[in-house]
Amino acid sequence: MLFLTASMAESRITIEITEGTEGTAPIAVVPFAWQGAGPLPLDIAGVIEADLKRSGRFSALDRKQMLSKPSSSIDVNFKDWRLLGTDHLVIGKIQSTSRDQYLVQVQLVDVLREKQLAGFNYPVHKSSMRMLAHQISDVIYEKLTGEKGAFNTRIAYITSSGGKKPTYNLYVADSDGYNAQSIMTSKDPIMSPSWSADGQHLAYVSFENRRSQIFIQEILTGKRQSISSSAGINGAPAWSPDGRRMAMTLSHKGNPDIYIYDMASKRFTQLTTNTAIDTEPSWSPDGSHILFTSDRGGKPQLYRIPVLGGKPSRITYEGDYNARGIYSPDGRYIAMVHGRDKRYRIALLDLRTDQLSILTDGNLDESPSFAPNGRILLYATARGDTGVLSAVSVDGRSQHRLVSKDGDVREPAWSPYN
Amino acid sequence: MGKFMKILITMMMVIALSACSSQDVKDDTSAGVEDQTGDASGTTSGVTTSGVDRLGEINGIAIDQDGSPDYVRTIYFEYDSSEVRSEFIPLINAHAQLLASDSSRRVVLEGHADERGSREYNIALGERRAISVRRLLLGSGARSEQIRMLSYGEEKPAVIGHDENAWSKNRRVEVRYE
Repeated sequence: MLFLTASMAESRITIEITEGTEGTAPIAVVPFAWQGAGPLPLDIAGVIEADLKRSGRFSALDRKQMLSKPSSSIDVNFKDWRLLGTDHLVIGKIQSTSRDQYLVQVQLVDVLREKQLAGFNYPVHKSSMRMLAHQISDVIYEKLTGEKGAFNTRIAYITSSGGKKPTYNLYVADSDGYNAQSIMTSKDPIMSPSWSADGQHLAYVSFENRRSQIFIQEILTGKRQSISSSAGINGAPAWSPDGRRMAMTLSHKGNPDIYIYDMASKRFTQLTTNTAIDTEPSWSPDGSHILFTSDRGGKPQLYRIPVLGGKPSRITYEGDYNARGIYSPDGRYIAMVHGRDKRYRIALLDLRTDQLSILTDGNLDESPSFAPNGRILLYATARGDTGVLSAVSVDGRSQHRLVSKDGDVREPAWSPYN
Repeated sequence: MGKFMKILITMMMVIALSACSSQDVKDDTSAGVEDQTGDASGTTSGVTTSGVDRLGEINGIAIDQDGSPDYVRTIYFEYDSSEVRSEFIPLINAHAQLLASDSSRRVVLEGHADERGSREYNIALGERRAISVRRLLLGSGARSEQIRMLSYGEEKPAVIGHDENAWSKNRRVEVRYE
């Protein structure tokens, strides 16, 4: 049972769309009609509009330019909307049914064909309104692009605030930065959040006991357990796609190597044995390979090794620094921190064409994380003296920035679908 | 005390420490004015003269409030390197001697990196720097059970900033007595 607090609805992060409207589909999200007493409980249309714009696939008509504000398809004057250049229309209404309980109606309308593409009624409690708005965004996105949306998902990230003696927090927020809740606070660093495949747990590294230690925490209850606290490094936890194993970096034998931990048997199997640094394991989506960073060739580069063991093969050759590689959900791409000319940016390697493209233009970009639909990459970047989160579409066409009030923000991890 | 002064004083201490293993003032029971009676040393009036030992100074080892030695405890590194620069060898030797002289002492070598690149790779780099310092401590008489290593990577910068000035102060190993 999740208890909601007053501070929950408050936004800790605001979003600035920094680039790109080229090639976007025109849509209008009409403010929903409100049929009840008192103020509108939530501007659902506003949340949907922001979601669709953030995806980089849509441009939304400004409310001020709307000639009418219909709330059901029978009231739509299609000619007006065609004149405004709108291809699709989202309309709806919110009815109060009982205390804190509402009925939300939504329709997605094709302006050119003058017909409804989707229509739903949702009974909803006040506390789930935002979640519903993201869910509606997912329905619209999928209907219009043919791809699954990733709005009704979460992000985890780490903040540090307070100067010389900072406080570290591990936050879980909605994909748009709202409803941020700290699930762990510490006076010592917290690192490397990794979601379980079912989105119910987060693994992370904590230094609270003056050593590095890997914990697993259940996100709804806050209950947690320590998985590894051996001598030296306990780092870079990465959950397997089937949720039964975890790859991690341990150095108790003298240098960092990749290990596979089996959740059921609680056994560790050593996967790499090189005397160089081997770290930052990431699973291929089919669970058969581990991608990792190694400086066995002198500089950090990405390598791949079968999970059952074998000979590692080198993946990256361009640039003198490639690290923190992760597979896209469909396994076609690898995103990484790419260092070249003293700049560290996020690059994408297309495994089909072997083409490497640089997606970001910061100097200190790090920690790429894919949206579960593979369309957006979230990453950390420096802005002035603080770290902020930024997102870029995988095609490089749209960018937005998530600006937080909580000091330095880093290590975003986008949840899977759940 | 300014950081620079502190470093200077400590460097002087370290040099003194490594230069002389015994105290440089003689036991004061051997010094003093000789008895004036008895054999005179070639004087006719029954007076003898002799010198006294020079007043000296014992090198104190500065301590923190918690009683651990207050040496400079930070060893700095070049970019992407874990090689200890020669200027830090006397400092590491001084710590090694202290550890060798008192087997109950324990240190933690905290490895750090600058912010560039990925975080977990920087954890590994920080540990590699701590390993370099540990190797030198062991070579100069410290024992392995006295030394623990802990890498914070780029998570605990000494100086906040996105330039070489900050980075050069963040690529470091801090020697901390437990």
